[in-house]
Amino acid sequence: MNFDFSEDQKQLRDQARKFLTEKCSPKAVRVVLDGKAPYDKELWKGLAEMGFLGVAIPEEFGGAGAGHLELCVIAEEMGRANAPVPFSSTVYLAAEALLLAGSEAQKKKWLPAIASGDAIGTLALFEGKGNPSPKNVKLMAANGVLNGVKKPVADGAIADFAVVAARTGSSGRDGDISLFLVDLRAGGVEVKSLTNLDPTRGQAEIIFQDCKAEPLGASGEGWSILSQVLDRAAVLCAFEQVGGANRALEMGRDYALDRIAFGRQIGSFQAVKHMLADMYVSATLARSNCYYGAWALSTNAAELPEAAAAARISATQAFQHCAKNNIQVHGGMGFTWEFDCHMYYRRANAMALGLGSLSYWEDQLIDRMRKKNAA
Amino acid sequence: MNFDDTPQEAEFRATARAWIGANAPKQYEEELRTSSLGRTQLKNANILEVAKAWQKKKADAGWACLHWPNEYGGRGASPIERVIWQQEEGAFGKLSHMFIIGHGMCGPTMMAFAREEHKRTYLPPLASGERIWCQLFSETAGGSDVAGLRTRAEKEGDDWIINGQKIWTSGAHYSDYGILLTRTDPDVPKHKGLTMFFLDMKSPGVEVRPIKQASGASDFNEVYFSDVRIPDHQRLGEVGDGWNVSLTTLMNERMSIGAGVSTGFPELFEYCSSLVLDDGPAIENPAVRSKLATWAVKASGLRYTSMRAISALSKGERPGPENSIGKLVAGSMIQDVATYALDLQGAAGVVSGAEDAEVAGRFQAMLLRAPGTRVEGGTDEIMRNIIAERVLGLPGDIRVDKDVPFNKIPTNGRN
Repeated sequence: MNFDFSEDQKQLRDQARKFLTEKCSPKAVRVVLDGKAPYDKELWKGLAEMGFLGVAIPEEFGGAGAGHLELCVIAEEMGRANAPVPFSSTVYLAAEALLLAGSEAQKKKWLPAIASGDAIGTLALFEGKGNPSPKNVKLMAANGVLNGVKKPVADGAIADFAVVAARTGSSGRDGDISLFLVDLRAGGVEVKSLTNLDPTRGQAEIIFQDCKAEPLGASGEGWSILSQVLDRAAVLCAFEQVGGANRALEMGRDYALDRIAFGRQIGSFQAVKHMLADMYVSATLARSNCYYGAWALSTNAAELPEAAAAARISATQAFQHCAKNNIQVHGGMGFTWEFDCHMYYRRANAMALGLGSLSYWEDQLIDRMRKKNAA
Repeated sequence: MNFDDTPQEAEFRATARAWIGANAPKQYEEELRTSSLGRTQLKNANILEVAKAWQKKKADAGWACLHWPNEYGGRGASPIERVIWQQEEGAFGKLSHMFIIGHGMCGPTMMAFAREEHKRTYLPPLASGERIWCQLFSETAGGSDVAGLRTRAEKEGDDWIINGQKIWTSGAHYSDYGILLTRTDPDVPKHKGLTMFFLDMKSPGVEVRPIKQASGASDFNEVYFSDVRIPDHQRLGEVGDGWNVSLTTLMNERMSIGAGVSTGFPELFEYCSSLVLDDGPAIENPAVRSKLATWAVKASGLRYTSMRAISALSKGERPGPENSIGKLVAGSMIQDVATYALDLQGAAGVVSGAEDAEVAGRFQAMLLRAPGTRVEGGTDEIMRNIIAERVLGLPGDIRVDKDVPFNKIPTNGRN
């Protein structure tokens, strides 16, 4: 047994951290936060050049072919840096869907473009309120033509293509749902940007009107593919969340050492120390759940659904906990636009919703644990 | 990152499994499996005798104190092999409970500080469970402030004369030996005037009085010392260096990682899986599911945190203060889990007798024992201080007794 990343993987982490420290400073993030750019194009190009976008994409499709443990390592660093790029929608959702269900031609067309930074992808699943569920998919597909509205779609306004969940039957079961691949530049779609909790990652409404689409995977298999994609993305997002949680913890710790009040460093007050200790505990438990998820993801283990839900819940809670208490440690300063605390608070709360809410994943976890116990 | 046994690990596992299968006291397996915090008793047998017999059998076959050197009664096994053994031993591992202090803390302290002849005399019977050891650190005036202890040791010829009182001593009522932290110099600051010894608990002048806990059980004791005589060769470490010796003991406590801390979660999940509430099965109730999920990820988070620590250990890294999180998280979790399990029982939750209560009163017993978990071996507050100061590097608490001679420090009822 060895429950840790390898030396090579740790080296990759150092390399990614160094790169992101240089290219993705809080100042750079603020360009996007302040609405001066939809995402950091230069960073995106740099990530492609470093090979980070295609780290888990096989070499035959233009990637580095390293694997998912390596992608987990990169994901954590993306979360630490609060990177304002469409990494999760392109790499965790669109690329994973292609890898799982794409035809040879579809993979050849899109995966190299993802790895080289030339194509941004996303998953168009949600249609207003509610969690991932076949019955919440109303958008219709008939004869390869889509009609309906998706909202919110992460990075929808800057994406070149989308994996779209659509209804192809009317029995009310999982088998009614199929996936489609849509070139968003080809017409038949109208995209509107939406104001959202975390301006460093855009959200959009996409209206599909007689939009031509090619099937991704077999008809009626959509929900089964989607649930696998969501599980895989849950592990990867959890690493981002753990990265963010740890960064928020460090910010709080550093401030508690710097700031003097009542003649002492505020970090010498037990109330503050204990708050930071609890942040450490939640971030550490989440990290450990994530490692298990990483193992399950990289080996495609039967435990993946359960491990993914556990990592997702734990990391969501940890990031929210650390981000909110980081502001508390900072006092009034933490609540200002000038300090960086709110960027992590925004990201934590936005990420908590992106793949379905906490209560959705809690529900999933219990179902999966019951299934395992029954087996 | 992998969970697979190496060929050597697989071989070790197979050998351990075969031996346990052939030798464990299977008649108690079910009872041990369903026991939980606050209720590890056997209905028709004396658990102390059963535990001693099992430990002796293990020792005779070379399965006791796996990580200790062979010459002291161990096996020289790796950290991973210890974990494999624990996995294979399963519920029978609960029988080792009364040996934990001796094996986890007293033994390693003896190994680090006792004379060679004492190690060879005292360690093998400690490993084999024939002799039980306890640790005499805490005092009424001390509590979390361990170094504030007042039990005196005064030199008289080649002996030391001990007077004072200890408290919260687990298992003192059935222990044969103990390690004892005393004050040998009250005129210097408190951490500097301490000295460690080991002693025979049957020595004249030692009196053990069990403490009745909130649960009604008596796991702990007060121990009184009246002119107890300890020969100088039973001193562990230098005179005045007792604090450093005790830190070695406490460091070794962290080596007990992987032993698996009780969270109460497996018990609660099992209970909710069969429980039917007014509006249907508990496990299908959204409120119940949400609670279960939150605790499930804490329990799994702790499990994988300890696996990460074991991986680090097997690479030769020392167990660090970050391992304090297990007790901190599990302590309050088991209390909350027990409270919630009783809440699900409604009015019936108040009944606690093993014969009449729901699931033989396991959650009632857990509720009454749980507060102790948050206090013993360092309170939640001390654990948080350890994490904040030693992991996160935050400043230590302001200590007004630092650099003050011990006998000038104000104490309860003496200013």
